[in-house]
Amino acid sequence: MARKITYQQAIGEALAQEMARDETVILMGEDVAGGAGAPGEDDAWGGVLGVTKGLYGKFGDRVLDTPITESAFIGAAVGAATAGLRPVAELMFIDFMGVCFDQIFNQAAKFRYMFGGNAETPVVIRTMYGAGMRAAAQHSQCLYPVFTHIPGLKVVTPATPYDAKGLLIQAIRDNDPVIFCEHKSLYTLEGDVPEESYTIPFGEANVTREGDDITIVTLGRMLHVAHEAADLLAKEDISCEIVDLRTTSPMDTDTIIESVENTGRLVVLDESTPRCNIATDVSAIVSQEAFAALKAPIRMVTAPHVPVPFAGNLEDLYIPDAGQVCQAVRTVMGKD
Amino acid sequence: MSDSIHAICMPKWGLSMKEGTVAAWLMEEGDEISFGDEVMDVETEKISSAVEVSKSGVLRRRVATEGETLSVGAMLGVLTDGDASDEEIDAFITEFQANYVPPADDEEDAGAATETVDVDGRAIRYLLRGEGDVPVLLVHGFGGDLNDWLFNHEALAATRAVYALDLPGHGASSKDVGEGGVGALAAMVIGFMAALDIDKAHLVGHSLGGAIALSVALDHGEKVASLTLICSAGLGGEIDGDYLQGFVSAERRKDLKPHVEKLFSDPALVTRQMINDLLAFKRIDGVQAALETILAAFAPGGSQSVVLREKIGEIAVPVLTIWGSDDRIVPASHAEGLPGNVRVEVMPGQGHMVQMERASAVNRLIGELIG
Repeated sequence: MARKITYQQAIGEALAQEMARDETVILMGEDVAGGAGAPGEDDAWGGVLGVTKGLYGKFGDRVLDTPITESAFIGAAVGAATAGLRPVAELMFIDFMGVCFDQIFNQAAKFRYMFGGNAETPVVIRTMYGAGMRAAAQHSQCLYPVFTHIPGLKVVTPATPYDAKGLLIQAIRDNDPVIFCEHKSLYTLEGDVPEESYTIPFGEANVTREGDDITIVTLGRMLHVAHEAADLLAKEDISCEIVDLRTTSPMDTDTIIESVENTGRLVVLDESTPRCNIATDVSAIVSQEAFAALKAPIRMVTAPHVPVPFAGNLEDLYIPDAGQVCQAVRTVMGKD
Repeated sequence: MSDSIHAICMPKWGLSMKEGTVAAWLMEEGDEISFGDEVMDVETEKISSAVEVSKSGVLRRRVATEGETLSVGAMLGVLTDGDASDEEIDAFITEFQANYVPPADDEEDAGAATETVDVDGRAIRYLLRGEGDVPVLLVHGFGGDLNDWLFNHEALAATRAVYALDLPGHGASSKDVGEGGVGALAAMVIGFMAALDIDKAHLVGHSLGGAIALSVALDHGEKVASLTLICSAGLGGEIDGDYLQGFVSAERRKDLKPHVEKLFSDPALVTRQMINDLLAFKRIDGVQAALETILAAFAPGGSQSVVLREKIGEIAVPVLTIWGSDDRIVPASHAEGLPGNVRVEVMPGQGHMVQMERASAVNRLIGELIG
């Protein structure tokens, strides 16, 4: 039955329940078991933010600490997946993905296609993304658009504890490579989560607020910014419908288009930088599929096209906020 | 302060309700109102319904305005059942508003938390409200849970203890349904009563829950004080097999919604949140298998396997059956031709979820039956 736990606990619980259910599920990553060179029992960090804490005690050598060599252990995880295991590899920050692009883009993503559908690669790569933690340019990016671009990968960006657990269990049971993107700022967010195991299918967006005047399509941490904006806009008699994509690949275009056909207006809110991101993708799809339904041009609210600044005041300005969303909505509504 | 002045407050429908929006007043100031009358329509994120009053008197003041969103327990209006001056009513409102504290977010379950009991190795969730001898036990239907009684539970609990359970395979109870038929589920209800030391109860069953309650009454008459069957299974072979199969096999909103709409006479009651809650339930591990097992035992090939109609005359305690005339799941014709010991109430224009859509009338009928 449902009780309130955090996003971080929801992820840890999903891992624990799937490891208990299926002994082919293994974890690997930096410090996921022990850390600091100590045996797991002695120094259980449970990853850099403690998501996997406690799992080494329950599952022993199915929780593998790796050297600080992302290219090696992501490759090992992909290989283990092709050989019958269901590895969940924790890549601390999504920014580190660059050193394992070949393993992910050219190997994991391609096997099913290059072997005529006979190869499966059930690997999950869990990784943290997002700005707001004063972690600077190399630890704060929103790189999910890069993975969304690659056919053969599934890309998941949960915004709530309920979605985090259900989507991670689905990711582990899925027979394709999944990039599971966790926003650092959401780890302490609490929400209702059932104790039982459950799944949420990929490619199903969630309408988290119904409204008549304008659709805001968003994902990840920005879902909460969209709700903040919608609360403010309600006081101006602007009724916003909010669509949380939940997965960017596959993407639930039906729900987006259905909503835009009802409201006739669209703002897309995406924390990633603005060129070739989820906002441009959604805008392009709606322009192509539902142009006749639009009563006004689409607006995108994104980060600026710069690296995430280290200076705190600049980082705060970098992240899209409710004020920018309100302004974009007013512009589309012709009320600015 | 005159003790003839009473507040009409925002009700709490179900455990998760925190606030409601006043859709429309149904009564004018000065109107005479009776116990159980509906005074106002309220919308919540899950469902809309009418607010009933629990006292008879005169509606003296409409405090909440249409369109206003108010927390559970907030004052909606003022009713008097004796003399009271306008000044006294003003003072009553001022004092109420000064002392009213909306429930905090983390207190949502205070005073109304579900519990879990082990019944022969299965965890069964239930909610108990109210106090008093010979409790009521509410048994939901196929695919439902204890929240199916959200408009009935509190109202019935005003004068007695009322239990609502999640059948195995449903809600937050164990997903182990055993053989899954009416008899197996009835045995689990008997086990639930034994586990909680309930010697005897007024059984109220809806749909599949009605067949279960009827089965308990026939096999263990000593445990049953009265029997209320709402749009009940077990009284004929016909049932909408397409609905049952569609409910079980639907995996997405779009597939599930048209089936759920068949349950209600007003399909607008089927909110996005209701469908999301049903999908969240169906996506829990074990639920799909549980529903398939129950369906295969309960209605194989689209008709009911257990028909207890011929035996209903044997029941020695009061029996009430309530039906919506336009029930699209189990036809209201099953209420026709029942023996004389059964009181039959068919509500015109109503559907399968009559206990939700006509809650106040259903609550009044049950109240009359069990005294």
